[in-house]
Amino acid sequence: MDWTLWLEWTIKAALLLFILLTGFAYTTLLERKVVAWMQTRIGPNRAGPWGLLQPLADGIKLIFKEEFIPAHADKVLFILAPVVTMVPALIIMAVVPWGREVVLFGRRVTLYLADVNVGILYIMAIASISVYGVVLAGWASNNKYSLLGGLRASAQMISYELALGLAFLPPIMLAGSLSLRDIVEAQRSMWYVVYQPLAAFIFLITSVAEVNRAPFDIPEAEQELTAGYHTEYSGMKFALFFMAEYTKMIAVSAIFASLYLGGYLGPFESQFPWLGPLYLAAKIFLGLFFMIWLRATFPRFRYDQLMALGWKNLFPLALLNVVVTAGVLALVG
Amino acid sequence: MVPTSFYVFLAALLFAIGVTGVLFRRNTLIIYMSIELMLNAANLAFVAFARQFQDVAGQLFVFFVITVAAAEVAVGLAIIVTIFHTKHSVDIDAMRELRG
Amino acid sequence: MALMTLFIITAVIALVAGLGLLFARNAVYAALFLVLNMLALAVLFLTLGAPFLAMVQITVYAGAVMVLFLFVVMLLGAETLKEEGGPIAWQRPLALLLGLVLTVLLAAVIFIEATGLGNILPPPEDYAAPSRLAMLLFQRYLLPFEIASVLLLVAMIAALVMVGSKKKTSSSSR
Repeated sequence: MDWTLWLEWTIKAALLLFILLTGFAYTTLLERKVVAWMQTRIGPNRAGPWGLLQPLADGIKLIFKEEFIPAHADKVLFILAPVVTMVPALIIMAVVPWGREVVLFGRRVTLYLADVNVGILYIMAIASISVYGVVLAGWASNNKYSLLGGLRASAQMISYELALGLAFLPPIMLAGSLSLRDIVEAQRSMWYVVYQPLAAFIFLITSVAEVNRAPFDIPEAEQELTAGYHTEYSGMKFALFFMAEYTKMIAVSAIFASLYLGGYLGPFESQFPWLGPLYLAAKIFLGLFFMIWLRATFPRFRYDQLMALGWKNLFPLALLNVVVTAGVLALVG
Repeated sequence: MVPTSFYVFLAALLFAIGVTGVLFRRNTLIIYMSIELMLNAANLAFVAFARQFQDVAGQLFVFFVITVAAAEVAVGLAIIVTIFHTKHSVDIDAMRELRG
Repeated sequence: MALMTLFIITAVIALVAGLGLLFARNAVYAALFLVLNMLALAVLFLTLGAPFLAMVQITVYAGAVMVLFLFVVMLLGAETLKEEGGPIAWQRPLALLLGLVLTVLLAAVIFIEATGLGNILPPPEDYAAPSRLAMLLFQRYLLPFEIASVLLLVAMIAALVMVGSKKKTSSSSR
């Protein structure tokens, strides 16, 4: 194959990883700042102007922390678990398009990493294997709180995956394609959130549960499980769990934006394709702000409430929504 | 390009490992996993032959195998959990009461 | 050439993972080896022009079925089990022997019968595209599809009846 194509792919993949990792760092700062403002505090403001160097300081602190492995932990899996958590969070963004194509150094460069005809299925596959890290961390720690946290996490993620999968369906049905790029392009006339407000709502709720964020952070509830599956983790291994959570927040926001908010589309995007990534970034920012807002507002669900919400409310609603959408599509055309 | 026989050969080896696992292990859960391995091996052969004969129907069979396997696992694990409630063991030899 | 390298690497991973399942002392490790095996098979599906199946394989097998396995292993505390001894002492050596015999037999048959299959041809245009699979599934194989859905329903009810029959639901495995 053409070596310049390989080079282009490698550069794009490296760039995507770089964006995700810096994005993660500044999402933590964003969260601390926004939560602070909502609680009429100031938030981190000592490291650099407006606390802009705070993520760097946090990173350095975590690197120099002591790495600790509990005596009767399963060493191999204990070390493997954070890695297994982190990898899906990084690779899930590979199929999200950032724009159409631009001319760079006299070469047409597409602004997406991969446009596969099973893009949505890829996202669901990666999302479904992201449970392993949490479950394995809980089991390998050899600690009953960790194990309970891990088991709760797996039950929660499997339960919410169903409703999430059903919330993926309406955009697929409307666009008639499994490729995220086709779905985004099909939204040129109107964003799907207008046609499918219920599905968008279900997607938002279940995706928050899928990344174990408040108010669905039961696997890591401090008060009852002393931080759940990552109780025994410290230093960089803890940092990996932390990174995975925030990277997943970014990924989920990007996927939501692509499915329901028109992805990289926006005014004047057809004339200036460079605007595409900026529009997508703005929409990702909206999604991140929403999740932080949720965390600052809602108390944590009880475990049985969480399961009841997922199975008795969201799942039937999503199912009904798919049936109605299919019916309308069959009638209208 | 890779010859089809390579894929079929790999499938056969995996199938044999699965069969050996069923005979060799005594942990009911691992025996169950070995059965899954055998199903997977069969799936690989299906997909390889579907490609060989350029017929997508072979892939649909894999789709059905996966569906049936999912149903089978749900029931099978429920049986194992139920047995565990009375025997407090997952040893296959703890379930000898059925012999005639 | 690149495909051949990819095939060899994935095949070795799949075989090692299979042997890991066979000899793992710990059921959690056995389950993880099986997951690795399934991921390797998904990659092989991709090389065979079956991206849809590869994704279904990961979602259903690795993402749901094996998580359920892990869940049950951890819930029952059934990680390790003394495998030696037992009522039939000669069972284990015999099992290995029979497994070896089966391997040799299958290998011999494939060497004789399947080597004539030749190389895999390049696939036709949009071979195994999701839309094509869907056409086939909902037209020619509609009845098996419906039967599969009934089967899933029956399995779900059966599992619920067996595990959830007692009123004190011990964090059911659903």
